Amino acid sequence: MTGARLPIVELDGVEKHFGAVRALVGVELSVGAGECLGLVGHNGAGKSTLMAILAGTLAPGGGRITLSGRPAGTHYSVGAAHRAGIRCVFQELSLCPNLTVAENARILHPALRGFGWRRRAATLIGAKLNEIFPGHGIAGGEPVGDLSIARRQMVEIARAFTVTDAAADLVILDEPTSSLDAVVAGQLLAFVRRFVETGGACILISHLLGEVLSTAGRIVVMRDGAVVAARQAEDFTRDTLVQAMGSVARAEGGAPAAFASKRADEPVIRARPLGQGAGEALAAYRGEVVGLAGLGGHGQTETLLEIFAGRGDRPMALVAGDRQSDGIFPLWSIARNIGIGSIRGLSRLGLVDAVAERRLAETWRQRIGIRTPDIGNPILSLSGGNQQKALFARALGSEAEIILMDDPMRGVDIGTKQEVYRMIRAEAEKGRTFLWYTTEMDELIHCDHVYVFRDGRVVADLPRDRLSEEAVLHASFGEAA
Amino acid sequence: MNAVLLSPRVLRSLLPAVSLVALLAAIFYLQPRAMSYLGLNLLLNLALPIAFATIAQMCVITVNDLDLGIGTFVGLVACIGATWLRDTPLLGVAALLACVAGYAALGALIHLRNLPAIVVTLGMSFVWLGLALLVLPTPGGKVPDWIRAVMTFKTPGVPFAIYASVALAAIVHVGLMRSAYGVVLRGAGGNPRSVARAGWSLLRTKVTMYALAGVFGVLSGLSLIGLTTSADANIALRYTLLSIAGVILGGGEFVGGRVSPVGAVIGAATLTLAGSFLSFLRISPDWQIGAQGAILIVVLALRVLINRLGTRR
Repeated sequence: MTGARLPIVELDGVEKHFGAVRALVGVELSVGAGECLGLVGHNGAGKSTLMAILAGTLAPGGGRITLSGRPAGTHYSVGAAHRAGIRCVFQELSLCPNLTVAENARILHPALRGFGWRRRAATLIGAKLNEIFPGHGIAGGEPVGDLSIARRQMVEIARAFTVTDAAADLVILDEPTSSLDAVVAGQLLAFVRRFVETGGACILISHLLGEVLSTAGRIVVMRDGAVVAARQAEDFTRDTLVQAMGSVARAEGGAPAAFASKRADEPVIRARPLGQGAGEALAAYRGEVVGLAGLGGHGQTETLLEIFAGRGDRPMALVAGDRQSDGIFPLWSIARNIGIGSIRGLSRLGLVDAVAERRLAETWRQRIGIRTPDIGNPILSLSGGNQQKALFARALGSEAEIILMDDPMRGVDIGTKQEVYRMIRAEAEKGRTFLWYTTEMDELIHCDHVYVFRDGRVVADLPRDRLSEEAVLHASFGEAA
Repeated sequence: MNAVLLSPRVLRSLLPAVSLVALLAAIFYLQPRAMSYLGLNLLLNLALPIAFATIAQMCVITVNDLDLGIGTFVGLVACIGATWLRDTPLLGVAALLACVAGYAALGALIHLRNLPAIVVTLGMSFVWLGLALLVLPTPGGKVPDWIRAVMTFKTPGVPFAIYASVALAAIVHVGLMRSAYGVVLRGAGGNPRSVARAGWSLLRTKVTMYALAGVFGVLSGLSLIGLTTSADANIALRYTLLSIAGVILGGGEFVGGRVSPVGAVIGAATLTLAGSFLSFLRISPDWQIGAQGAILIVVLALRVLINRLGTRR
């Protein structure tokens, strides 16, 4: 099938590291004309990183990229990708909200210029919208910021398929249907099939396995930054695909064997995610570590924030996931960053007791092992993992009985993780309650109870004795048929 | 049809013009004699330098920055214009070109080092002021005759300032809102990542916009001394805040690349007229700045109201 013509793009041993985190480890991938390649994998499997490298926005850390038989060289860039006819619809919307639909088409096409470019741009994008989404109801002169999210996504998809002097040979669609309703998503997938039949190529990344199985000719499964399976779509079923994504043979190393439910008396937290409507809610009991699982962005963070907002005067602490924007005070010392969580207990007559603050920070430096010669150093002198430890120290050092964690281990090295896991278990033994949103499967084994989220709702409720990677994957990928 | 006319987007873009007309009507009502060639000229001739400064500010706001040095920059240009440009024109022109190049370099510095524009331009405002004092230590100098001639040119029908303002608004509108590259410039304010992903250079957009800000700053300074005939380093300190207020009054927003050149020019005129309006009301000059602020708040409150109307639908 791919033997007749040279593949449009071929990756050979492509690698990418972000600090200590290995995002891609020697990926091989090739896409030929007239092929729709499905790409699936759990969060953090490296799909988006791979696509960013293909689109030229991220430089690969190693390996070779070959475009239609010619090596791309070391200076593979956005421009080179454009010239090679590679287009990308990114997961997060990337249109300019202040510009109109037609003007956004112009941003992608340097050739749209000179007299009458507005009319040509509007015709170009309008025709493509009509072709892919008949009856779309979007006017070319409308500012993108005034459109609904679904319509913005339609514009972005249509824009990627438009052709001026630059061809669109390979279009990468990263979660293209995430905000489209079923009818519009169907229109898109039908168009992708037509596009491929007429010699175009597509890479379709989606969490909706049915979509991938029905549209792609070949499916590549990624896990932990590597390609673990690549076969014709007919050779996969939903179950084998889920199996390939998870690590069935992974050892259960380190997980405590005995499971004793701590569910007695009244729960300390009851919550119902916003999308839940009626039906089962989420509960956490004293001394429990409760995991919120599922694919990223399916309502876990919102639920945590909702619980936090409704805390009243119950002592509760939140460990932010995005430490750069929500967590640390970058200009403050480590001690101050830790002490701010218990500022009420540390102040006398309205002034902060600096000695007590230092003492608290010093205690936690030792208990949680923050690697610094002096607790008075600026927080930015710490590595990312140690900054995160300081944030844990802030939460644990306060009198909070309930601690909410919003995927706090992003980009933290494995050694630090182990230390923090131990700390969480020890604190839970003492009667603290943890609500822990995590996208990493390995972290769920530390939880007593796991709720799996999908589309803003809890779709599965798993105590640890029934927890398995497959159960979580099945629940997260389950499709509303 | 009615629904289209009353949509929040249309209302929002009409608001600056409506405020200007309302203000003019109030002035004519209070002082019917202002409704003459001479009256309009007196009311509006100072609007032109402010309009230039406002357009300069708008260029910087388009790429999500704020320029806190435009006032003293205009002062520096005025000082160069009233001294070197008259005595040694070659040196004067070279100095003005260097000013524009300095602005472009500022844009490059801010982009490459990822510095906050507010801090850089605030710092530069003292540099511009210092340079202006070096060029012209005490108020004085004399404007070149040709600038004076241009600024006092008697145009038929309505005063020169109105023709010039309309031309300015039209030229910038075509360049920024209608031209193909103007779209990229505004896109760089709306979603820089998306523009970079499409293969455009963000450095180039930023340098272009800062250089344009420099050009309009120079025009502002020269048109100002054309009216005042002499210069002073502190002549345009108010312009920094006036220009920001003008952009916002004209329907622009601080971030997101949402700007309107026509609105900015109207905003500048509105601010100029607000001063006269308050004089006609016999409000003492001590209260005028506060009253100007009140007018600004009223117009912005109306805008918020229109936006609310839009989200409720």
